Amino acid sequence: MRDVAVIGVGMSRWGELWSQSLRDLSCEAALKALAQTKDGGVDAIHVGCMSGGLCAGQEHLASVVADYLGFSGVPASRSESACASGGAAFKAAYAEVAAGLCDVALVVGVEKMTDVGGDEATYTLGTAADQEYECYNGATFPGLYAMMAVRHMHEFGTTRRQLSLVAVKNHANGLKNPEAQYHAKITAEEVEGSAAVADPLRLLDCSPITDGAAALVLCPLELAKKFGKNSPVKVLGVGHATDTIALHSRKDVCRLSAVEKAAQRAYKTAGLKPGDIDLAEVHDCFTIAEIMVTEALGFAKRGEGGKLVESGATGLGGKIPVNTSGGLKSKGHPVGATGVAQLVELVVQLRQEAGDRQVGKPKIGLAQNMGGTGGSSIVSILGV
Amino acid sequence: MQPQRYWREIPQRYRLEAGLCRKCGKVFMPPRGVCDSCRSTDFEMVRLSDKGRIHTFTVIRIPPSGFGEQVPYVLAVVELDDGVRPLPMVSGGGTPAPETPGAVRLTMQVADCEPEDVRIGDPVRLEFRKINEVGKSGVICYGYKAVPA
Amino acid sequence: MVGICGYGAYIPRNRIKVEEIAKVWGTDAQSYKKGLMLEEKSVPSPDQDTITMSVEASRKAVKRAGIDPRLIGAAYVGSESHPYAVKPSGTVLAEALGSTPECHTADFEFACKAGTEAMFVASQLVKSGAVKYALGVGADTSQGAPGDALEYSAAAGAAAYLFGADRDLVVAELVDTYAYMTDTPDFWRREHMFYPRHGGRFTGEQAYFRHIVSAGKGMMAKAKKKPSDFAYVVFHQPNGKFPLRAGKLLGFEERQITTGWLVNKLGNTYSGSSPLGLTAVLDVAKAGDLILVVPFGSGAGSDGFVFRATERLKSVQGLALKTRQMLDERKRYVDYGTYLKYRKMIIMNE
Repeated sequence: MRDVAVIGVGMSRWGELWSQSLRDLSCEAALKALAQTKDGGVDAIHVGCMSGGLCAGQEHLASVVADYLGFSGVPASRSESACASGGAAFKAAYAEVAAGLCDVALVVGVEKMTDVGGDEATYTLGTAADQEYECYNGATFPGLYAMMAVRHMHEFGTTRRQLSLVAVKNHANGLKNPEAQYHAKITAEEVEGSAAVADPLRLLDCSPITDGAAALVLCPLELAKKFGKNSPVKVLGVGHATDTIALHSRKDVCRLSAVEKAAQRAYKTAGLKPGDIDLAEVHDCFTIAEIMVTEALGFAKRGEGGKLVESGATGLGGKIPVNTSGGLKSKGHPVGATGVAQLVELVVQLRQEAGDRQVGKPKIGLAQNMGGTGGSSIVSILGV
Repeated sequence: MQPQRYWREIPQRYRLEAGLCRKCGKVFMPPRGVCDSCRSTDFEMVRLSDKGRIHTFTVIRIPPSGFGEQVPYVLAVVELDDGVRPLPMVSGGGTPAPETPGAVRLTMQVADCEPEDVRIGDPVRLEFRKINEVGKSGVICYGYKAVPA
Repeated sequence: MVGICGYGAYIPRNRIKVEEIAKVWGTDAQSYKKGLMLEEKSVPSPDQDTITMSVEASRKAVKRAGIDPRLIGAAYVGSESHPYAVKPSGTVLAEALGSTPECHTADFEFACKAGTEAMFVASQLVKSGAVKYALGVGADTSQGAPGDALEYSAAAGAAAYLFGADRDLVVAELVDTYAYMTDTPDFWRREHMFYPRHGGRFTGEQAYFRHIVSAGKGMMAKAKKKPSDFAYVVFHQPNGKFPLRAGKLLGFEERQITTGWLVNKLGNTYSGSSPLGLTAVLDVAKAGDLILVVPFGSGAGSDGFVFRATERLKSVQGLALKTRQMLDERKRYVDYGTYLKYRKMIIMNE
């Protein structure tokens, strides 16, 4: 196994981008990332996308991306793990580089979500849950996370206000990120007064529908100077795990065991523990998700994720800043792009290029990407 | 929803037929090919209890397509009472009842209730209800919903 | 001995009061309450239809009978509101009960008499020996045009009867049956029309009363019984007043009628009407009680059924929710807007 480094990162614009297509977005992000390499060439391409088919009528995305980047002939494949597709594509590329199968790998995460109506987008996201035994009976993604929230509140006394504070924090961070979809300061009262989606979750507890792409270029650490223009960021550990597809099949519906297992594997490979992490980008598709994820990552004791955000520890100036980019909540959530964009944010922070939202001089960052209701998760640790 | 996809799950949706691992007694709904506890592939079909309790719940205000006329509706994870029944005339009465089948939970709507009255732990009973209609001309999909017991 | 081995009722929990409907149309609620003796009616939720109510009522019937559902050799559902124009209700019912595949099944449509015709056919198949057990169900989510008098009565409910010939299982012996049927077009609904139409006052003397009274007399004559022999009588119940008057015309006293007279709180459940009335009687009847049932369907005539309760009846009454419990307990009142939503009278986008 070779040590692997990230030598290039790029993001497309994120938002409701009516004039840009799936392939436009992919190319915009990829070309920015490739611009940070010396020769702009790649040996392999890994695309992360949840549902090019349902959202944009396009499958076979790996070839589409290779073609439009002018890389026809280069081996390309796509990883799908619902909202963790980006993380899964990164892991595949990481493994390929580490194994010596290729030297320079491009990872592109992308989702074009506004080519379908709200109903269809909701349906598409719902396909990440158990179609026959959850969605059939009227479940939605906000609904499934809401049921986790209700149980979390019941068991641990997590409060409605603590949920709101996740949104408030992430929107405050997003305000400092020029690439975020939303630049709006919000208050807890505004979260609690926004439209009810699935009790207790409100509109401002939910991540938005976003078009966007993000890209990374990986190469062996030993070759980083040869291929990369910037000082490399090292991949310290990657963990990946799954859980039951249906929330109701889990012994504990408010415990994200895929995240716990993925984190344990990543920490073990990296030789680190939760206290060593300087900042984290986590999968806050809903406010309750961030609370549960911070528990699963070991930043808070089980049941105390709500208290953690309330304490301010996860804010920009806190002990463990979480979602400095604004998170899915404010930066946006083009599902297949999210896992890649989280790593882009870590690289930007580790390079100390994050501007107003820069959290000092971090050495180690963690990204946690999650599919469905936690049916899959990838945890990656980067360091300088 | 194409009719064949709906039809395939009829034993589960209409009659709560589940798979009971003959080796370790774990119950799977829907039935599956291998037990995740003991790796056994030896199952028998059983029928789940039609009574249970609300394990967690939400009120769906923004529905998925096809559920528009039902909002607001309560969606819950229901923990079914322990105890499963062998299917009549299938096992021939020769198979012993499971020792500790363990809790089976399922996601379903809770009908006939006021959303603000629902609490974790509330006892419910399952009823046969219409789940959804596929447009004005498609199949009508039936299945189980909980109602306050 | 052929008879009912198990019975079951189902009434949705939603109700709408006559006042709530009258308010919308500017009519006098008291005229319906006093004139037709209607106070409120059951309303199906959007997730309830003839099939779902038939399944729930039949499950109770099977539970009371205590038999293996695979032994049910025939299942018939009578309704004016089968959810599909083409695709049976009975197959869903038989599948949900676990009675497939060896089960003769059909859907009946015969105005408000479809349910009792299903019961007749089920009972006679058992009597003939063709099947061991047969299920006859009457169920409807009744339609009535907005603003029409029917809107105050058209309700939802189902009743199911499991017939068998096993002496140890029969809870009410079927003593005799009778039919009195003519073509009298007092009420109809044409293909593809959503609401039925009716002949106004023509639905009274020439339609309801002529058939009910003739069938009642014919049934009693055939069975060699007189009104005082019966502990209970159940008529088709389009409103509160008609069955009470029919009873009077036939020489019954009100106490024989009121047990199965549900319409003031239930409304008219069309194919479910007299079958539901009979469930309320069976919930309380004692061994030896004679019960007369006289259904009616517009343009479909009347029938007569005479049942005699057996010793076993009391042991099954408590095995499932009783009809009066469903009628009187845990009601949920809806306003007119919700009623329209539930009855799919609001045009939604696809």
